[in-house]
Amino acid sequence: MRTAAALRSRAEEEAARLPALLARAEQLAGTVLLGEHGRRRAGLGDDFWQYRPVQPGDPRRMIDWRRSARSDDRFVREREWQIAQSVMLWVDQSASMGFTSARTLPEKGDRARDIALATAILLIRGGERVGLTGTLLPPRRGRNQVLRLAEFFSQAADQDFGVPEHRAMIPNARALFVSDFLGPVEELTTALTKAADRGIRGVLLQVLDPVEEAFPFHGRTIFESMGGSIAHETLKASDLKDRYLARLAERKAHLAQLCAATGWQYGQHHTQASTQSALLWVWQALDRGGA
Amino acid sequence: MILGPIGFSAPWLLLALVALPVLWILLRAVPPAPVRRRFPGVALLLGLSDEESVSDRTPWWLLLLRMLAVAAVIIGLAGPVLNPEAEVAEDRRGPLLVLLDGTWASAPDWPRKEEAVEVLLEEAGRLGRPAAVIRLTSPEAPVFATPETWVTRLPGLAPLAWEPPAPDSEAMQRLLEGLSGMDSGVETVWISDGLDRPGRAEVLAAVQAKGTVRVLEIDAPVLALRPPQFADGAVQLTAIRAARDLDSEQVLTLQAHGRDPGGVMRVLEQAEMRFEPGAALARQEMVLPAEIRARLTHFALAGIRSAGTVALTDDGLRRREVALISGGSDREGLSLLSPLHYLEKALETNADLLHGALVDILPANPDVIALADVATLSEGEEEALLEWIEGGGMLLRFAGPRLAASEVSRAEEDPLMPVRLRAGGRSVGGAMSWGEPKTLAPFEADSPFAGLQVPPEVTVTSQVMAQPDPTLSSRVIARLSDGTPLVTRKELGQGQVVLFHVTANAEWSSLPLSGLFVQMLERLSVSSVNPRPAVEDVEGTTWQPERVMDAFGTISSAGTLPGVDGAALVAAPLGPRLQPGLYSSEDRALARNVMGDETAITPAAWPAGVTVQGLSAPAEQPLGGYLLALALLLLLADILASLALSGRLRGARAVATLLALALVPAPQAKAQDDDFALAATAETVLAHVLTGDEELDALAQAGLQGLSDTLNFRTSVEPAPPMGVDLEQDELSLFPFLYWPITADQPIPSDVAYAKLNRYLRSGGLILFDTRDANVAGFGASTPEGRRLQDIARPLDIPALEPLPEDHVLTRTFYLLQDAPGRYVGAPVWVEAAPPDAEQIEGMPFRNLNDGVTPVVIGGNDWAAAWAVDASGAPLLRIGSGMAAERQREIAYRFGVNLIMHVLTGNYKSDQVHVPALLDRLGN
Repeated sequence: MRTAAALRSRAEEEAARLPALLARAEQLAGTVLLGEHGRRRAGLGDDFWQYRPVQPGDPRRMIDWRRSARSDDRFVREREWQIAQSVMLWVDQSASMGFTSARTLPEKGDRARDIALATAILLIRGGERVGLTGTLLPPRRGRNQVLRLAEFFSQAADQDFGVPEHRAMIPNARALFVSDFLGPVEELTTALTKAADRGIRGVLLQVLDPVEEAFPFHGRTIFESMGGSIAHETLKASDLKDRYLARLAERKAHLAQLCAATGWQYGQHHTQASTQSALLWVWQALDRGGA
Repeated sequence: MILGPIGFSAPWLLLALVALPVLWILLRAVPPAPVRRRFPGVALLLGLSDEESVSDRTPWWLLLLRMLAVAAVIIGLAGPVLNPEAEVAEDRRGPLLVLLDGTWASAPDWPRKEEAVEVLLEEAGRLGRPAAVIRLTSPEAPVFATPETWVTRLPGLAPLAWEPPAPDSEAMQRLLEGLSGMDSGVETVWISDGLDRPGRAEVLAAVQAKGTVRVLEIDAPVLALRPPQFADGAVQLTAIRAARDLDSEQVLTLQAHGRDPGGVMRVLEQAEMRFEPGAALARQEMVLPAEIRARLTHFALAGIRSAGTVALTDDGLRRREVALISGGSDREGLSLLSPLHYLEKALETNADLLHGALVDILPANPDVIALADVATLSEGEEEALLEWIEGGGMLLRFAGPRLAASEVSRAEEDPLMPVRLRAGGRSVGGAMSWGEPKTLAPFEADSPFAGLQVPPEVTVTSQVMAQPDPTLSSRVIARLSDGTPLVTRKELGQGQVVLFHVTANAEWSSLPLSGLFVQMLERLSVSSVNPRPAVEDVEGTTWQPERVMDAFGTISSAGTLPGVDGAALVAAPLGPRLQPGLYSSEDRALARNVMGDETAITPAAWPAGVTVQGLSAPAEQPLGGYLLALALLLLLADILASLALSGRLRGARAVATLLALALVPAPQAKAQDDDFALAATAETVLAHVLTGDEELDALAQAGLQGLSDTLNFRTSVEPAPPMGVDLEQDELSLFPFLYWPITADQPIPSDVAYAKLNRYLRSGGLILFDTRDANVAGFGASTPEGRRLQDIARPLDIPALEPLPEDHVLTRTFYLLQDAPGRYVGAPVWVEAAPPDAEQIEGMPFRNLNDGVTPVVIGGNDWAAAWAVDASGAPLLRIGSGMAAERQREIAYRFGVNLIMHVLTGNYKSDQVHVPALLDRLGN
């Protein structure tokens, strides 16, 4: 049962969280200079591209009378062709992303949301349409979309490991998947192959905690997943280190190979590294926001 | 149940030890608890199995730790007791008599003995036995009372610093009577000090007749220190020991206690006192200078609280310094006729003799100055002599032909003579006179010579006669048989003047030939008592106790204890009326120690029927607590070990680091000081006093920077950047030169800072005071800065000042200068005044002035403003306009250079060797 008070406090909590996320993402986005975005040819767009003499078939209303008045010919004002790209984001909201190994390090999920939202802000500033995978939030443009994204990012999912949504993918769009990709890899394979089928190219950013790379454990230990659904007991954790690291490398290789096969880009980010470097990499990987 | 020295109060609990092996098996099967960790990477771990399963069992050492802990708990709860008291089997129902020797030899272990007595009395109290306690040093008939009352009186039965009275004394007889009057069946416990002494057998026999006797004594040698003796230029000390078994070597520390020049008691010297195995005697000699010997109060064996190991010192160690001065002899080589010959012979064994002129001797502050037939002294000598006497000196004068012929103390009493003298003196019993030579009258009771036997062969043929005066009779301390004074004495301040009306040689009397002469000198404490006076030497004198010693060797003021007759002091045994301590009579001091020069101590030998027990019967000690504590510690260790095993001891390193950090003292302040000192001393650094006015401090800094630059460019002095100095905190002695600008509202430095400043000025530092008002001339204090300077400088150790004279060395240490301008010109600069006897020599351009650096230079020309440069080296402030200003600034720099050169080279340029070059440069 939800009382009004509980609802309100939760709402306030959410509201308080949102600006922080937004502010962080805005700040992060401010560090990236937007490159040129035009298509370098005449087309639909806002920016002036060139004047050209009227050719047969041009509608009258296309004639730029001001320019034409200065000479004998009539001219048509052409605009630069600008297209908007749809970019779909998927940020793993599962419990596994809530992990952090030290108080000084952010949770993986926080870092993933920061990067994703900052990318979204940059894209929206560049005039692209940004949305979430699936049907929840279709790609739109405009600042309000950032707020909606932030709102969706603030909702945590219940399951232990995140599964990318691969329904209702817009063909020929771009995509950004951010997760630790430690969960079952089959769903991801499905999603990527499906995306590749539809001509969607994208970026896979794996966010890991340093502990997940180092495995500095000893002694008798029961390892539990963040949600508690999976557990593994060992009597000598240090013995497992080599095999764990081998499996992790195998997982990374698998992801890289999967990306290569589908034309995606695969990147890694560790939470002790700076957010900005990850954002820059994502931005580059997304062709500087271009198509 | 008793196992060896350990008994158990609940031995059945020990059966639980049988369960330990079972516990071993149980504990071994249980592995350590796992740690639960949240870890997203667990998905990758699924399916991985452990390669080995080593740590699923508790390691054996951890098991052993736990076993030990459990065993300690079991044994601890079983109530183990170390040295359990055997059950009291004997029937002790009769009264209990506790005999305490109560001598100085009981003192070192008195707390243990007192405890033993208390235990005895408490036990008697539990059994309902009456008890009596007797201290043999103050013998009384036994009084049986409830033990509890005796327990409360125990503190009053502490040992006394003397031996029990002789067996035939009244007190001892009373005790023996009381003992024989007891009912039989009295159990006697004798707390012995381990020494044999007369009377012990009688007391033992008396108590043995009434019941069983047990002796408790400590099986440690009794130690004692005999009084120090002076021989062969060293203080000889002898320690003795008494024990049944002398086989062991024993090394003790001998300490000489005395007052330091500040009057504080200190250990002045230490030496090792070594008893060889089998030896009951140990000797040690200490070579101490006379000054130290005079300061000694007592010798003691360190670490032993007993009057027997403390030896008070007295005049025996103190050799007085006697200066002998005669009126000069015109007959060389006739030593037997020398006025001083007999004095020398009488004194040389136990006094240090000084010869020389009076003015040379007085600074040595001798104890006695003997003037043999010296009539007149120069005025200066007389004054110095008077001052010395009033400070406690003793002037011993002898008459003679010169004194008789002189006009000294004729009409008026000379301050250095006790009486007025008649002209000429008199001669009796000579070839040309009718009378017989006079003999000495017996000494009167109030004379310091009282008690000395007058030998009949001492005769006097000539003497100087005293004028009858109202004060005469009180000043005579020895007379001839016809009543004329032979020795007169007068108190003067703290000292005295004594006149022998005869010569110091045998010309006028045979007194110097007799032993009486030496005794008289001793009584007058011209020579010290040596080494221990015989009874007849001190017959008739009364000695006042100064300090007395208790049984524990603690020396305290004697307070109002009555005086003691001299004969008793020397001969009588110690007791409540004659406590060991330091006694004085007139100027003499005599120590009465517990030990005599020949006193021997022998260990007590008890007859066969007497049980002798040590005091050190080990006390019952329950061990349960220790074992339980051990178990707790083991369990703590187990916690740590378990944590370490299960990998949870992560924070341990952090904790250890924190602990280590907490243990390391923060050396920051020290390091800061060191940095400051290093910066100030690595190179020459000019410094200015921080005034608290930031602007002024910055200006002073810039000024000194400008001066430093100038020095750097023009001279071989290459100063480091100048530093500001906080008078309260920084060390001043690191700087050769301090610039001190004065503001009107500057705080007065603290006493500590003044002490530092004075030390700085005395040790050759120079302070340039700058009132910066151009108006300090004449010290009219017309400006606030000038008044402030006076306030600040008042506690400083500043010599007389004068305006910078033209020929001061400051005017030529580097440049030849006549003025010391800063931002202002013309105001005089004050330096230490030249000595009054500095005179200009004809043909010399300057006088030979002070031989040091003037400690202060005071002026008001605001030099810092003229010297100040900005960061680029350009002048910071305008001091005028045009070339004149530039010239003035140049001269100001030159003055600064001269000043620093003066500081660094002192009076080097004041040396006349530079005169020709200077004359040359001056164009003469």
